[in-house]
Amino acid sequence: MPSTQIYFLPLFVIALVAFCFSCYQRLQLVAVGTSEDRFDRPGERLAGMFRYAFGQERVLARPYGLNHFALFWAFMLLLVANVSFLAEGLFSGFTLSALPAPLHHVLGLAFDLVSVVALVSVAVALARRLFFAPSYLGNDYTKACSGEALLILALIATLMVAFFLLNAAQIALGAEQTLRPVSGALATLLQGMPQASLELVASASWWVHAVVLLLFMNLLPRSKHMHILTAIPNCYFRNLEKPNVQPRESFELGKRFGVSEVAQFSWKDLLDSFSCTECGRCQDLCPAHNTGKPLNPRRIIHDIKVNLLENGVANAGKKQLPLIGEKAEGTSCEDALWSCTTCGACLSVCPVLIEHMPKIVKMRRHLVQEKARFPEELLNLFENMEQRSNPWGIAPSERGKWANLLGDKEFVAGKTEYLFFVGCAGSFDSRAKQTTVALATVLDKAGVTWGILGREELCCGDSVRRLGNEFVFDRMARENVAKFKEKGVTKIVTQCPHCFSTLKNDYRQYGLELEVLHHSELIARLVQEGKLPAAKGVNLGKTLFHDSCYLGRHNDTFAAPRQVIEAATGAAPGEFERQKENGFCCGAGGGRMWMEEQIGTRINHDRVNEALKQQPDTICVSCPYCMTMLEDGLKDQGAEKVRVKDIAEVMAEAIN
Amino acid sequence: MLVISCIKQVPDTTQVKIDPVTNTLVREGIPFIVNPYDTHALEEGLALKDRYGLLAIAISMGPPNTEATLKKACALGVDQAILLSDRAFGGADTLATSQVLASAIDRLGKEEEVGIVFCGKQTIDGDTAQVGPGIATRLGFTQLTLVDRIEWLDVPNKRIRVRRKLEGRHEIVEAPLPVVITAVRELNRPRYPTVPMRLSAQETPVALWDNQVLQLDVETVGLKGSATWVSKIFSPERDQGEIIGDGVNDPEGTAHLLLDKMLAKDLLAL
Repeated sequence: MPSTQIYFLPLFVIALVAFCFSCYQRLQLVAVGTSEDRFDRPGERLAGMFRYAFGQERVLARPYGLNHFALFWAFMLLLVANVSFLAEGLFSGFTLSALPAPLHHVLGLAFDLVSVVALVSVAVALARRLFFAPSYLGNDYTKACSGEALLILALIATLMVAFFLLNAAQIALGAEQTLRPVSGALATLLQGMPQASLELVASASWWVHAVVLLLFMNLLPRSKHMHILTAIPNCYFRNLEKPNVQPRESFELGKRFGVSEVAQFSWKDLLDSFSCTECGRCQDLCPAHNTGKPLNPRRIIHDIKVNLLENGVANAGKKQLPLIGEKAEGTSCEDALWSCTTCGACLSVCPVLIEHMPKIVKMRRHLVQEKARFPEELLNLFENMEQRSNPWGIAPSERGKWANLLGDKEFVAGKTEYLFFVGCAGSFDSRAKQTTVALATVLDKAGVTWGILGREELCCGDSVRRLGNEFVFDRMARENVAKFKEKGVTKIVTQCPHCFSTLKNDYRQYGLELEVLHHSELIARLVQEGKLPAAKGVNLGKTLFHDSCYLGRHNDTFAAPRQVIEAATGAAPGEFERQKENGFCCGAGGGRMWMEEQIGTRINHDRVNEALKQQPDTICVSCPYCMTMLEDGLKDQGAEKVRVKDIAEVMAEAIN
Repeated sequence: MLVISCIKQVPDTTQVKIDPVTNTLVREGIPFIVNPYDTHALEEGLALKDRYGLLAIAISMGPPNTEATLKKACALGVDQAILLSDRAFGGADTLATSQVLASAIDRLGKEEEVGIVFCGKQTIDGDTAQVGPGIATRLGFTQLTLVDRIEWLDVPNKRIRVRRKLEGRHEIVEAPLPVVITAVRELNRPRYPTVPMRLSAQETPVALWDNQVLQLDVETVGLKGSATWVSKIFSPERDQGEIIGDGVNDPEGTAHLLLDKMLAKDLLAL
């Protein structure tokens, strides 16, 4: 088709240049971000890329993901078909028929079949958006049935139909010999047509296919379908650390702290914004969004993208469109940022590994550190933390008092195996102190030697770090690390997942690599090793286990607390509807423990109501914050009869 | 016009213990904090700086380590911080303390007119509430104590109207400048320092004024200039309380007993 080439070549060149230009523009926007090393451990990165991008592991975590998986792989194969299609249009001699016959036949068959798959997927996607769209697909700035979504689906469908018609016409003309069942069937319908008409059908289909293909290509970088181009690299450049520990800041005069303009985000943060497909799964799981708060993790990412596009390369560093301010497209409001419990549900569910929560913390850092602007309840918290190293501002001399009756329990390197890092709640909160004593009992019964730092123990700094007060956290972390080194600590057991995760993960940034165990892990280990007396099979009635975000989702410790309950009660605990990776936060993480919850409904009520549907007698927890939130929630719902117990209490009761 | 906030570094009293043997305060290892009432005095000075462009100055008399407290004031935004420290100033009571502070304020007033001096209503270690009035008396400034709101400040006409928080009532008072105002907690919400301000405060020098600078008669300052001295500190004995009811088995009944008792002693207002 020499005439085709004459017209197609310039069209193709224009489309290609436009496409490359759009991509270049977006790449430039991403390059506006600050540097961040995401190039280490290439092997691990590649493996993850295959797992998440090509294997679609997280996409497939929900049943409907199968449709996307089918479409993704249909696209991958059709990429070969389309490249050859374009090449045929550009170079007269080029044809797949030149390939060895068997390969040519296999490819022909494959293209025919996957095109059917693609067409079916598009139909399913359309039906889903039209008739059974889940609530999380839409939100306040986009609808499940957005024009963009429908346009893309229509374009894909057109491509497939044109492809079939082209092949059918060619088969009918006798120009195509491969086995193509669908195109073949269509060809029998065209069989009676005169040759000229067939040629017209072939030529028209070819042009429709060509034009739509080039249009589709150019639409990608300018829509949410950009993810087709960025999702794969986004998976490659993902954060390899779990949990997603926020980066350190260096405190020097003249520096900026936190993020108030898009240009202060790292290039990976900005790439994230172009990788979002608006699937809404983060929104579906977010405890803040579910209880009517202004936070929607997807919206945070969307606003970053809009802000970046709006301000452009030239203005990304200026505040033409503010990143934080009155809620608008491209601007996140402060209430949204303060609503985050840092539970990490968004991180764990995102199919393309976008990191929402760390961006929220970065923006909080700006508000706290550069503007000193935060909900007023936090002023007391920050001052208490700075002056007395605990959230309540209680005298540090009270810290070790719970152990007064136990005799000398000072940690001495060499004499005591574990440092029991009790934590602020375990030291000062009267309910959490019961857990502390229970854990001490369990450890003693198992013959584990342990000691505490008493009044010398300091807060780990979890809340201040998640709240964006990195300056104070930095000081606390350095003091704690120095203390652990001075005392010769090698093994730590905590009864609070927040202390646990902070000491274990955050402090690695300060050169501290210790064996840090959450008490669920240590007790489970003691059970396995047979170090604990036989459990009496304590009867707690119907139990439910509530996952702590910082133990479970952030640190992948799901089995240990369940094993402890099973060992103590003789039966595996009941499960919440939303459990493990999909567990629902109690509402206290991310410093929310110390803030009022004035917007929307209460997160702990949501969780407690979920529990009450199963009519439990005891809800087991493994975190002092969860303990407070669930007990308060039960009281508010008039269900005080349901007890909340820490797993250490359950075990202590069972072996007593 | 200057607005001067007088602040004091005090031991964190929640952490102070009394040695049962010697009956003295155990101060070892007790962290120092800014006297909580003074944080409101400081905040109001800074608020007036923000609103009227006055020059905010923080002064403090104390040992050399008081510099840390003044650095905190710098981090919050004062234009100048002055430490009044000299061996001769040590051991001062309120009389001698107000002498040093008044002299420093007088000295500052020679450079630029002093409009308002803010003090906390009292310190949490001494609890006398005398230093503010002492300064006002010595300088001949109007004293406006226990202020919980500044109604307005008229800088050109040098007048101020404030609300005083008294027992069961408020009093609105107007006065010509200069004034000494002592602050209660309700006056404002102290701000939190930003990180850039904290970092620059570390670089900002705190001026040291010793007696070479102030040239005060050593008989009028420090221990020598004090009219009072502490002969003994002790924790008062507390009478043994009484256990009423059975809180474990009958919490509701016990609560009723407690309420009856409190009502009988007129401890509850109905």
